[in-house]
Amino acid sequence: MNRWLPFEWIAAVRFLREGRMQTLFIISGIAIGVGVIVFMSALLTGLEANFIKRVLTSQPQIQLIPPDQIARPLRTGPGSLEDAIVQRPSQRVISIDQWPKIRDRMLAIPDVMAVSPTMAGSALAVRGAASRAISISGVEPTSYFNIVRIPDYVVAGEARLTNQDIIIGAELAKDLGATVGDKLNVQAASGTTLVLTVAGLVDLGSKGVNQRTTYVALRTAQSLLGVIGGVTTIDMTVRDIYAAETLAKQIQASNYVEADSWITTNAQFFTAVQAQETSNTLIRVFVALSVAFGIAAVLIVSVIQRSKDIGILRAMGTSRGQILRIFLLQGGLLGFVGALVGSTMGAGGLIYWHAFVRLADGSELFPLILERSLFINAAVLATLTGLLAATAPALRAAGLDPVVAIRG
Amino acid sequence: MAEEVLRLDKVCKAYNIGLPSETEVLHDIDLTLERGQFLALTGPSGSGKSTLLNIVGLLDRPTSGRLCIKGQDTNLLGDTAVTRLRGHTIGFVFQDHHLISAFTALENVMMPLLADRGFPSPDIATKARDLMECVGLEAVSGNLAMNMSGGQQQRVAIARALAMNPDLVLADEPTGNLDTKSADSVFELMRQVNREGGTSFLMVTHNLELARRCDRIIDVVDGRIAG
Repeated sequence: MNRWLPFEWIAAVRFLREGRMQTLFIISGIAIGVGVIVFMSALLTGLEANFIKRVLTSQPQIQLIPPDQIARPLRTGPGSLEDAIVQRPSQRVISIDQWPKIRDRMLAIPDVMAVSPTMAGSALAVRGAASRAISISGVEPTSYFNIVRIPDYVVAGEARLTNQDIIIGAELAKDLGATVGDKLNVQAASGTTLVLTVAGLVDLGSKGVNQRTTYVALRTAQSLLGVIGGVTTIDMTVRDIYAAETLAKQIQASNYVEADSWITTNAQFFTAVQAQETSNTLIRVFVALSVAFGIAAVLIVSVIQRSKDIGILRAMGTSRGQILRIFLLQGGLLGFVGALVGSTMGAGGLIYWHAFVRLADGSELFPLILERSLFINAAVLATLTGLLAATAPALRAAGLDPVVAIRG
Repeated sequence: MAEEVLRLDKVCKAYNIGLPSETEVLHDIDLTLERGQFLALTGPSGSGKSTLLNIVGLLDRPTSGRLCIKGQDTNLLGDTAVTRLRGHTIGFVFQDHHLISAFTALENVMMPLLADRGFPSPDIATKARDLMECVGLEAVSGNLAMNMSGGQQQRVAIARALAMNPDLVLADEPTGNLDTKSADSVFELMRQVNREGGTSFLMVTHNLELARRCDRIIDVVDGRIAG
């Protein structure tokens, strides 16, 4: 006997070891439960990370735009207007007022990771007889590429944006019959025309987006769209993507801008992510419950089987507290060992699945994310579940009348 | 005058109190046991011997009357104090030995000391080994209880009962399941411990031949001491 182990621990381990088959079955049950939790959690974390990476690295997480231009009717007196009908004015392309100051203010917010001003508008791309309506984003490459990872989406050429360069969607290139190095005429609605060189082709994962998206340097867009020195949006990424909406509201409240977070602009996607999280939580809860009931059932049977031993232990001076701890420890130990085996099974299963299940192009279906915290949480959760599940059997064991227990 | 280890004053025990099925199984039991005495408790089945033994062993409480162990009135003690007093003062030997099957013979003997101290220590193991030697089983002390004969198991149970140096050992038909030779050997072992260590014994037995070899015989009939 190890002299550092307390009496309760020694008795708990011996009781578990003696009921070998019973212990083995319940540990297998717990291991399967924990394995499912680990597998599901890691898989969903990977899939979610993949979705978020795909969606949120191709668009800003918060976008600041100028407030809507509204008509202000003349008032003839308090509460009365000059005209009965107020028409909504058309929204001209205008710059965010004092945008450099706002950008600096955004950079000072600790939760904001990257800020980039953008000049966005629409134009016509003409090459020979072909012309297509395009949306132009004029960006500062150094800051903008931290928000939308354009270099990651380049399928031909490079993510270079000098004043004469244009990066276009792969579908648009196909429609115009253009490729890297070709010249494009880009005409703004005002009539301004620029000749730009295709520096790169990008695939942003959506055909519609690839048919109309183009990127140029900020100054190029400003002169093309006739808003010299101005920007139409300030794009940002934030540290906690789920806090983007709260942050957007705070920014809007303290600046003369409208702030849209990815949560409002991608409401359906956000709902899907939330639904996935909820289903994951529910799976965890129900698996944990079934594990808890399994442990409780086995320990209740064990208390009945061991009632004579409990009676003898009580007769030789073992306190109710010690008996209680012996059975609580058994629950905790079952949970902990089950969690160790289950975590290994879950992680092994995931590694195997990740290695063999691939997308049609051979790329991974999801990134393999096995965080240490997942295993620590699984072990803590399973041990606590074991302890909790053992409470009723342990109380029953501690409450046994020694005379009745010895009689069996 | 020898020290009084046990005193019972007008001890009664009833079950189902207040119900139509109320039954009193012990009536006004007066009994004293002095240090070093070996007392046999005889009587027909159902006469209340085991109930009396459970009350004396602090496993059950009397309905009325007073039970004093080494002069201490146990009626005044709470559950924790009773458990402690039981562990330190009383050893049990049961008819069916009741060794814990998950432990070896030696570990079974260590068990009361381990429960009392909380952690294993070399002196606990030494004490258990000495007791195993005393009952003549040092060679099989590593065996599991299930791998021993009935006589050997009962000897281990006696060694376990003596682990805490109790003042009183309560034996409930310790030879009931043994053949004559083993029964005689187990009884002689208890008698030897009683003589050499001065430990008091209260032994329930149906074996009149063994009872006659004790210091006193108390006959219990219908819950009363007949003689």
